[in-house]
Amino acid sequence: MLNLGSGNTVIKSKLIGRRMFLITAAKAIVMVGLVGRLISLQINQSTKYKSLSDKNRFREWKLAPERGVIKDFFNIEIASSEPLYQLHLVPENSKDLDNLFVRLKAILNITDKKVFYLKKVIKKQKPWEPVIISENLDWSEFSRINLFLHELEGVEPIVSVARTYPDNSSAHILGYVSQISSKDLQTKKYLQDLAVPGMAIGKTGLERKLDEQIIGKRGYQRYEVNAYGKRIREIKIDEGQAGKSFKTTLDYEVQKFTNELLKEKAAAVCVMDVYNGDIVSLVSSPTFEPNEFVHGLDKTYWNSLIKDEKKPLANKALSGLYPPGSTIKTLVALSALENKIIKPLDTFRCEGKIELYGEKFHCWEKDGHGIVNLRKGIQRSCDVYFYEIARKLGVDRLSETAKRFGLGKKVLNDFFEEKSGVVPNTKWKKKFVGQNWYLGETLHSGIGQGYFQSTPLQLCLMTAQIANGGFKINPRIIFDEKNDNLRNYLKYKNKNPNEPLPNDLIVSNFDLQPLFKNQEHINLIKDAMYSSSNEPGGTSYSHRLENPKYTFAGKTGSSQIKRFTDEQREAEVKQISLPYKDRDHALFVAFAPYKNPQYAISVLVEHGGSGGKTAAPIAKKVIKKVLERHELRRNTNSQIGENV
Amino acid sequence: MLQQRSIHSSLGIRDKILSLDFILVFSILVLGVISMFAMYSTDGGEFKYHTNSHILRFFVFFGMFFIVSFISIRFWHETSYLIYIGIFILLLLVKYFGLTSSGSKRWLDLYFMNLQPSELMKIGLILFLAKYYHRISIESINSLKHLILPITVLIAPIILVASQPDLGTSILIASGGVIVAWLAGVKAKFFVISGVSMLALLPIAISFLKPYQKSRILTFLNPESDPLGAGYQIIQSKIAIGSGGLFGKGFLNGSQSYLDYLPEKHTDFIFTLFSEEFGFFGSLFILLLYALIISRIINIGNTTRSNFGKLYCYSFATAFFIYVVVNMMMVLGLLPIVGSPLPIMSYGGSSMMAIMFGLGIVMSCKIYKDVPVN
Repeated sequence: MLNLGSGNTVIKSKLIGRRMFLITAAKAIVMVGLVGRLISLQINQSTKYKSLSDKNRFREWKLAPERGVIKDFFNIEIASSEPLYQLHLVPENSKDLDNLFVRLKAILNITDKKVFYLKKVIKKQKPWEPVIISENLDWSEFSRINLFLHELEGVEPIVSVARTYPDNSSAHILGYVSQISSKDLQTKKYLQDLAVPGMAIGKTGLERKLDEQIIGKRGYQRYEVNAYGKRIREIKIDEGQAGKSFKTTLDYEVQKFTNELLKEKAAAVCVMDVYNGDIVSLVSSPTFEPNEFVHGLDKTYWNSLIKDEKKPLANKALSGLYPPGSTIKTLVALSALENKIIKPLDTFRCEGKIELYGEKFHCWEKDGHGIVNLRKGIQRSCDVYFYEIARKLGVDRLSETAKRFGLGKKVLNDFFEEKSGVVPNTKWKKKFVGQNWYLGETLHSGIGQGYFQSTPLQLCLMTAQIANGGFKINPRIIFDEKNDNLRNYLKYKNKNPNEPLPNDLIVSNFDLQPLFKNQEHINLIKDAMYSSSNEPGGTSYSHRLENPKYTFAGKTGSSQIKRFTDEQREAEVKQISLPYKDRDHALFVAFAPYKNPQYAISVLVEHGGSGGKTAAPIAKKVIKKVLERHELRRNTNSQIGENV
Repeated sequence: MLQQRSIHSSLGIRDKILSLDFILVFSILVLGVISMFAMYSTDGGEFKYHTNSHILRFFVFFGMFFIVSFISIRFWHETSYLIYIGIFILLLLVKYFGLTSSGSKRWLDLYFMNLQPSELMKIGLILFLAKYYHRISIESINSLKHLILPITVLIAPIILVASQPDLGTSILIASGGVIVAWLAGVKAKFFVISGVSMLALLPIAISFLKPYQKSRILTFLNPESDPLGAGYQIIQSKIAIGSGGLFGKGFLNGSQSYLDYLPEKHTDFIFTLFSEEFGFFGSLFILLLYALIISRIINIGNTTRSNFGKLYCYSFATAFFIYVVVNMMMVLGLLPIVGSPLPIMSYGGSSMMAIMFGLGIVMSCKIYKDVPVN
């Protein structure tokens, strides 16, 4: 039994040993497998997992950069950054939230409704995530908070920066900034790299046009965070880079002056340097308060803005489209001269109206102007005279001249609100209206009515290009470098009319582009404009400036809203007696001083009636203001020129 | 024979100490010290609750290991059934008086510690079956009559543990029992048949699974399907290990664990933490240490004379291997998260107690290698 038992035991232990060997072999294989897995994770894929680990570890909080400043021509800040005082609360740092809110209510102006809302927000988010108690504290509130800070556990006063504007005089051209919307993020590519939650971006005007460069480079704070998102420690902070600052060609003084003049009116004014296209002033009225947009707009204010029939949000100088009315007569006359349709002394007889195929075309002067030549036609703004030459000229040749002088296309780059207007011709009508051109429409075009649509800025450019002797200029609002090519060229030419240009002037004036065939024609138009403003009978004679330093030459215009009925015409209904909405838009364009033109101006007053009565007086005041500041501007310009 | 017996049963304490397997003892100590450092790191570089109690437990149970070693293997052989029955009673007590934590009832409150009898059952079952197969002759091993008892002692605790619910531990207990039976000579055919019938019963078993158990298996199959939910543990563990690279991030610099991305870092994921801080070479060292421990146990099994000792040592070595491998495969993303501690390294008194007890019996086999058990 013992032997048998021990034999049995030996066989059994051999069996156990055999089976154990199999298991050991299997173990070895599994061990190798484990090592293989370690190699795969820790050696082959270690870079991938390291970056994943860092992604876990680090979280970045984006910091909004300081928005660049916009200055006027004299380096006065017209859009700047101001410190913004905010109050944040980190709930987990406060032992007794209810008590804290009671204390805060005593110190600040917080409503119960706001407290209720804040408590709701606190419940929703993680206890270490800050809640904004107040977005914009004034200095006294902020200092009071700092005084009691030791009693207010969990409260953090924060200083950041926000956009601010000195006043609303340049609201339209500067535009405004406001919080990024989800639509902005979708449509504006550059924001994908720049956006920081809660950041304000330019929504209109220059703020929008310059947005990409003026925002700056965003910074970040990199924190190590734990698995629950709580910040453990700051690893790195990058303040970002403040946005680029811009200097404009605007004159803040003139902006304020003009804005004050236009108060209560629905109107627009543009002033432009006739040689380098610098926009000295661009005002649209009524204006709005751009500072209101920075920290979330008040609803009642917004409603008052959009319900106002004078449309305060629209930049009428850039995006208001108006028939140019009689202001186009300068170009009609020029086109007729250039195309040899008329000679300056050719005359027509104005009897108050003409008839064409049974249709009556009225002159604004019911009794007629009698014998009219070019100069008198422009001086008195005789409609019949222009019906006659427009009929001979034809709309296609007129439109060609009008386009050459800048009508029908955008004047500035990248202003999304700018409109290009319409310069009609036969092709245009076929394409957009789908009909053939009628001769009657040519007559309407000859006095700037009908399909013609233009912005005040375009009319200003047109006038400037006549004033400078017929040279193309490129209007600008961002001042980058001195641009006196045309000025120097003309100065030299006036002094040495018969000598060839010196070499350096030729080089620098390579881009000068005359818009005329014969400069004499331009001078004829300028002379006629002079007579319109400064000779008895001229349409703006009563608003002339007699001091030769300020004397301007202009052209009135009114763009019709409603055609007069025959009854109204018989009854000699005055514009002032019409309902506001039915009155004509008043227009006036001019350049000054007449002898040595420097600036062109266009004035529009919506439903202002006649250009001579409403628009010209405004132009007169603005011209005087601009010319008074001319010396200063030239000196500033030359100083900058030296620095550049 | 009688002479022999008397010689060995009267071994002096000096002889006993000298006949210890010093390589094994040293390996266990090294692993224990490493585990203390790892625990210190999970506490964020401070001696906090986990570190202190882990150190205490290690030394208490390391002491127990020696005590168990110095008791004759014959005693352990004789008390095997009793030990099993005792642990089984504890398991029953858990069912009625156990502590519930995160949805499962696994612990008995013993005032000085919370005992998890299912961990002890890992050793208890091996002991029971080693004794059982030691006694029956090789011819009758595969007879149906002699299969009834092993199946009963295997199934009963598994059902109890699985119903706690603790799927991972019940599978590990079962694996220990199956290994003893296989080593004792139960035919492969039998395992195949029971394996197939298990598979057939799988759909029914799955219907008994708790939702969280189902989701664990599903997320193992595709962890990225739910990166913030159930797949979170696997993904974060892989990130931690992978980001350790060749040399690791350095002691106390494991950002994944330091910043709480790593779940269960004291227990199941202790290897992840170590691997993140000490990299591939550190992990390899741990693997080699475990391989060394296992090979020493097998070696003791080779030298011990009794079949009980052989069966026990081989089975324990294999079970030990399975615990290590299952835990590592789990944290390396090769197995679903089933909840199994890494022997010696993981925090947990019952597991430490069971492993040290098991190792103690192994050492007893070594010291009393020539003592016949019956």
